[in-house]
Amino acid sequence: MQLHEIAHGRTGDKGDTSNISIIAFDPKDWARILRDVTEEKVAAHFGPDVAGDVTRYLLPQLQAMNFVLKGALTGGVTRSLALDAHGKCLASVLLEMEI
Amino acid sequence: MSVLRIGAGAGFSGDRIAPAVELAEKGNLDFLVFECLAERTIALAQQARLKDPAAGFDPMLERRMRAVLPISARNGTRIVSNMGAANPLAAARLVRKVAQDLGLHHLKIAAVTGDDVLNVVGPFKLDETGATASSMGDRLISANAYIGIAPIVAALDAGADVVICGRASDPALFLAPLVHHFGWPMDDWTRLGRGTLVGHLLECSAQVTGGYFADPGVKDVPDLARIGFPLAEVAEDGNAVITKVAGTGGCVTRATCTEQLLYEIHDPENYIQPDVVADFSRVSIEQIGPDRVAVSGADGRAATGYFKISVGYRDGWKADGQITYAGANNIARAKLAADLVLQRLADAGIALTESRYDLIGYDSVPRAVTAENMAQPHEVRMRFAARCRTSEIANQVVDEVEGLYLCGPAGGGGVTRSVREIIAIASTLMPSKDVQTSFEMLETQDAVA
Repeated sequence: MQLHEIAHGRTGDKGDTSNISIIAFDPKDWARILRDVTEEKVAAHFGPDVAGDVTRYLLPQLQAMNFVLKGALTGGVTRSLALDAHGKCLASVLLEMEI
Repeated sequence: MSVLRIGAGAGFSGDRIAPAVELAEKGNLDFLVFECLAERTIALAQQARLKDPAAGFDPMLERRMRAVLPISARNGTRIVSNMGAANPLAAARLVRKVAQDLGLHHLKIAAVTGDDVLNVVGPFKLDETGATASSMGDRLISANAYIGIAPIVAALDAGADVVICGRASDPALFLAPLVHHFGWPMDDWTRLGRGTLVGHLLECSAQVTGGYFADPGVKDVPDLARIGFPLAEVAEDGNAVITKVAGTGGCVTRATCTEQLLYEIHDPENYIQPDVVADFSRVSIEQIGPDRVAVSGADGRAATGYFKISVGYRDGWKADGQITYAGANNIARAKLAADLVLQRLADAGIALTESRYDLIGYDSVPRAVTAENMAQPHEVRMRFAARCRTSEIANQVVDEVEGLYLCGPAGGGGVTRSVREIIAIASTLMPSKDVQTSFEMLETQDAVA
């Protein structure tokens, strides 16, 4: 299934770093998300589009996790030539992940 | 101490005004905060000020104040905003003029100054390059500290009805009224952390009431067209209820609040602010009623002693030319179009600092590498973008995109072209003790008989 079926999320940006929250709709899915949506899987999902490290932070009381993707915004919103320079679209792209 | 009611009237410079008016009218607010400064807004404002010493503040300041001041003055709601941008004093003078035009007497308007550190930033090394700010020479246009609450609290303590600042930390605009009202000590890290959470949740206005959230069939938002802006009911211990005016569109739920909690946050344990290092890692979020969400459990630790400095500089010109291809073999024709632009620019000896092309509708946004074999879309829009040293070069780039009409692949349509100067932002840190902030109070006069 797609992660989109059991989780939602939001993208934010600071400089060249993107952060993407992933939040379970239903607490019963938290264990599965915790197991399947790892730093390695997220890094592999985006491939070379994320130049730097991917770090995952956990907030289990909210069934939420926060991914921090360094070097994901081709220089950041003020310099990037990308169309979506903020990377606003990235959470939806991550929610396409097959788990 | 009673609960303090604090609302968000804007979350960015171009934010909608009608929901702010509705919140001012019906929110029974003690404070209304307008957060309007993005990373580079202040650099753009600084450029405007260089051309005209009376300019350099938010272009929507007058419209917002004309719409909101009569209501806030009548209701005793005080206003805090960073709409002063690069020129808080000129902005405060304009607010005074608007208030006088509206017949609002004895209104006190404070201009907070001191965030502008352009004259002392020279020796500081930039995080992005390691070079000093002064090494940018005449490309350097602005340097502003993300200042904390001290001068805003002082202005409120002195009775300001409206506080206009330039660059300050966004949550500080909300934390300052809380500290002013409750008298929290400046080393009560737990309460400062909780007040920071309130500010963080409110600072993007509708992003916590169902904006930036709707996903039809999955996350539906009721009456999104009439979305209301948020307010917080903050208790003396800093914990709060996030809600909105009854009858407005949108929704305040555990889900909207959790998404906003993590918005633009990196390590939730270390949200670094000028006055506190906030810890959101153990926050609890509980739906306690329709459009009412209780947030509690934020914490904090001592501030770092440094302010983040945002440094604006000119970074060349950006060219962006676009053309659409549709139907049979559209991707191949769009790629040929991009190759032609590159080759024609090379043949003409035009040097680009950096360039890229995207096929909008196909690959302009990073996508899962597992989605490689996606089908050809019905249409793609070839977008050629380049960073150029001068506006002349940038115009030559978009000329070549426009030239594709007659000298490019079959069936290209709908060319658009844009050329604009790039104002980029770099950052550094400065000891907070070296940044001297203060405020100046203006007051409207009695009615002229």
